[in-house]
Amino acid sequence: MPPKGWVEINELYCKACETCVIDCPTQTLALDMSRLSPKGYHPAFMLHPENCTACGTCAVVCPDAAITVYRGVRPGSKTEGEGA
Amino acid sequence: MVETDVKIVYKRPAGFTDRVTHYCPGCTHGVAHRLIAEVLEEMGELNNTIGVAPVGCAVFAYNYFNFDFVEAAHGRAPAMATGIKRTLPSKTLFTYQGDGDLASMGMGEIVAAAARGEQITVIFINNTNYGMTGGQMAPTTLPGQKTSSSPLGRDVETQGYPIRTAELLATLDGASFVARRSLHDARSIRMAKRALRTAFEVQKHGLGFSMVELLSICPTNWGLNTEDSRKWLAEHMLPYYPVGDFKVSTAVSEMKIGGN
Repeated sequence: MPPKGWVEINELYCKACETCVIDCPTQTLALDMSRLSPKGYHPAFMLHPENCTACGTCAVVCPDAAITVYRGVRPGSKTEGEGA
Repeated sequence: MVETDVKIVYKRPAGFTDRVTHYCPGCTHGVAHRLIAEVLEEMGELNNTIGVAPVGCAVFAYNYFNFDFVEAAHGRAPAMATGIKRTLPSKTLFTYQGDGDLASMGMGEIVAAAARGEQITVIFINNTNYGMTGGQMAPTTLPGQKTSSSPLGRDVETQGYPIRTAELLATLDGASFVARRSLHDARSIRMAKRALRTAFEVQKHGLGFSMVELLSICPTNWGLNTEDSRKWLAEHMLPYYPVGDFKVSTAVSEMKIGGN
């Protein structure tokens, strides 16, 4: 079953406070320790994109409004079921 | 294309500029800013709002909202908002103040503004210290809490007890809507947004003074990480500063709000 949605995290705004990572009810998000954002933080990213339910909790708690939440099938994703 | 099936559940509010805030990582000032921008956007008031920035961490708030803003002297935001609102009564006016600004320097101003029943909305951020200047003791610092100017913990014998601002202002006849909410988890944040909506609707309906106190975290000055700060807020601040509506005038309780 494809995931119900996905999130996009704007790395210009993300300050790696980890609030979204801790509050995500499906453990979808994590901090990317292999990369630095232009601001010098390890930005949050979708470690398990297959878990995302597009509940929006991460965006509600994000102090920097860095997260955009989409509900639906991500265009171009491999798990996309129907032919476009 | 399948993009027609895609719905945006959440995006950065239109009331924000594209500036990155100067707040520390995890600081709930950003959450409070976002809630204000969302509420004003939902009410269609973005082009009709003037904010008043305080002195404190939120001193640069005018950089982050793309509507009109003015900057007040320390604690004097309610006085400035009073003047603007009386001159331009059709505008939506709000002040955004911290506990050093509102509960210490500006305590006289806020009490007088509430007593006069000014048609303004006050957003009060309570994080139990003076964040900008390095975490000194504020009137809202909890008993026994260590700050940079009370290194042994606040001693109520010599330094007195914390002020519960929302309860204090609720005793004034001029105040129509006074509430306290917290910003430490998603559920509380959603409740805070509803309270902010009510507060702005009170002003739109001309029902008088409205204030929402928001319990906030200060990870840097508390010396805790984001997660521990939010736990500290829930464990220590909520018992002393209970969330709730402390004043809802009869006119406000009969007010009709879309979606609330």
